[in-house]
Amino acid sequence: MSTRAQSSPVPAWDSTNTSTNNLPRRHRTAKLWQLLFMLATIVAVLTLVAMLFNIINSSFGLVAIQNEVEPETLSQDGVPLEQLSKEQLVAILKDKVSKGLFRRLESEQPFADRDQANVYALVVERVIKPRIVRSWTLSESLLQRKAIEAEVSQQYPNARLEFRSWFNPNFVSSPQSSVPQLAGVRTAILGSLWTILITIVVAFPLGMGAAIYLEEYASDNFVNRIIQTNISNLAGVPSIIYGMLGLAIFVRGLEPLTSGALFGLTDPTTANGRTILSAGLTLALLILPVLIINGQEAIRAVPNSLRHASYALGATRWQTIWHHVLPSALPGILTGTILAISRAIGETAPLVVVGASTFIVFDPSSPFSKFTALPIQIYQWTVRPQLEFRNIAAAAILVLLVLLLSLNASAVILRNRFSRRL
Amino acid sequence: MLALKPADTTRYVSSNGGYAIEAHQLSVYYGNFRAIKDINLKVQRNKITALIGPSGCGKSTLLRAFNRMNDLVPGAHVEGEVRFLGRNIYAPNIDPVEVRRRIGMVFQKPNPFPKSIYENVAWGARINGFRGNMDELVEQSLREAALWDEVKDKLHQSGLSLSGGQQQRLCIARVVAVRPEIILMDEPASALDPIATLKIEELMHELARDYTIIIVTHNMQQAARTSDYTAFLLMDEDRAGILVEYGPTHQLFTNPKDKRTEDYITGRFG
Repeated sequence: MSTRAQSSPVPAWDSTNTSTNNLPRRHRTAKLWQLLFMLATIVAVLTLVAMLFNIINSSFGLVAIQNEVEPETLSQDGVPLEQLSKEQLVAILKDKVSKGLFRRLESEQPFADRDQANVYALVVERVIKPRIVRSWTLSESLLQRKAIEAEVSQQYPNARLEFRSWFNPNFVSSPQSSVPQLAGVRTAILGSLWTILITIVVAFPLGMGAAIYLEEYASDNFVNRIIQTNISNLAGVPSIIYGMLGLAIFVRGLEPLTSGALFGLTDPTTANGRTILSAGLTLALLILPVLIINGQEAIRAVPNSLRHASYALGATRWQTIWHHVLPSALPGILTGTILAISRAIGETAPLVVVGASTFIVFDPSSPFSKFTALPIQIYQWTVRPQLEFRNIAAAAILVLLVLLLSLNASAVILRNRFSRRL
Repeated sequence: MLALKPADTTRYVSSNGGYAIEAHQLSVYYGNFRAIKDINLKVQRNKITALIGPSGCGKSTLLRAFNRMNDLVPGAHVEGEVRFLGRNIYAPNIDPVEVRRRIGMVFQKPNPFPKSIYENVAWGARINGFRGNMDELVEQSLREAALWDEVKDKLHQSGLSLSGGQQQRLCIARVVAVRPEIILMDEPASALDPIATLKIEELMHELARDYTIIIVTHNMQQAARTSDYTAFLLMDEDRAGILVEYGPTHQLFTNPKDKRTEDYITGRFG
């Protein structure tokens, strides 16, 4: 060592070849990269803000409402409409609506059993018939109030202007309707929840089983490597392909099973296998590769020293997996599952192909029901020509976001509990 | 199959010749690479045997061959025999799980389970079907590992909350709790500070009364201090580990028979 150092000395760091004179340039380069990375983050944040703004902008705003019959004309002896007795309201209803409709309302629920508020709501719905003739976005409502007021008084002299939140409790709890201000997303929420429940129940055990097998049992041979590659590729297959697969297998091929006919549960309104079960199974197939890959990564991240410690005590492979590998991998597994479910709940294309209903007013009651889902509902509303449907589409997006965030939050809480338990 | 029994004095009865474990013409391959070659080694019962040698000479491979931990390495296979209780542990009718229960192992890096101290000790016994008083077993095992006084008030805290040296003694307690006949130690003190190392070495002497200990160490002072017998391994020209010399520690260190042993222990290489 010492002899070599003497014969070929390390070049000296004098002022001519030292790197100190390029230090400012190196710092400038570093600064530039930092700026670029910051810019990327800013673009991402701006995109997110723009999206949120767009949704909120459409979810709230001024509306011009025009009544077909003014409530003042219905008031009796100076008593305003909403304070009339039930009997008086029923009389108005009988007077103003067709006989057939009145009989239908009676048969839905006898008027004797209805209370005043209920009948009043019927009068509003069937007689006064408030109609939104024009709606404005939140930004327009806030910035151009004067112009809007002028426009309303000119074009719709009988209309009144009011501020409306399209995202409201009624919207969440009402079923679908062809009238935008009455339409809600209850059926869509229930459809989404049912579907995602089936997806989780089917995909999670299958995905974890496959992940455990591939990581802990499978040997590194040709066949297993092919399987591994294919799973990775499947994770990148467009979702509509899965929709077609679901249509072929679950809707058509397994129709007796997915329509419930096999169990004698067929709902006569459900013509075939286009049920929640088919949709759930299709989405399960869709997220299965993602779940497997995430599970494998979580299991691989468990240090080998833990496995060795377990084996060295005379544990079997299964005892090692069950007592040490899985508990350590669980937080990672749950994180991956959360991401996969988030993807599934926002999926539209496969559901369209599998045959989600677009207009459905009754709640899904079993896995064999016809269904619609939130993304489908949003899609249906955005393609309608009337502006108001775009407002409720935005409100439905808000509902979907809230649903997603609350699902994610509960999963994060679950995960933290598991990882803290130690 | 070897029956599972609690620790008792009759457990060596079926053994032969007073040796705890014997390697006979043992070679271990990783794929096509022969890591150790034709090792013949008879380990004395209730003694501490040290395996020394330069890096890559196959000390750890030999150690792991004694409880079939090499089975976990993909592509590893074994030629020759390892005789334990008069039987070849690589015979087809022998279950490696039972072998590992009877020949425990302590690793280089302390690796307690991410569970409580109590669970760390109790788990191995429980999965092996221990039916006795678990509290007693945990206390006794922790006492044997000289850890009881330090942890008796925090048995339900995480094993990871202990210091490195304590964690390593917890790992020893964990092994002791399943009542093995032999304890293999793979550089058990190399990740520890000198004080903790000293404690582990003292502990090894205590344990040698009840157990046979085989230890791999890089530290020749440690081998000289702690062991009764020393085996010196070296790579041959194919980079396969061979056993150069094996004998009582004082003899090997003071009067080595082989020139290569002398060169190694005097620090001429390695």
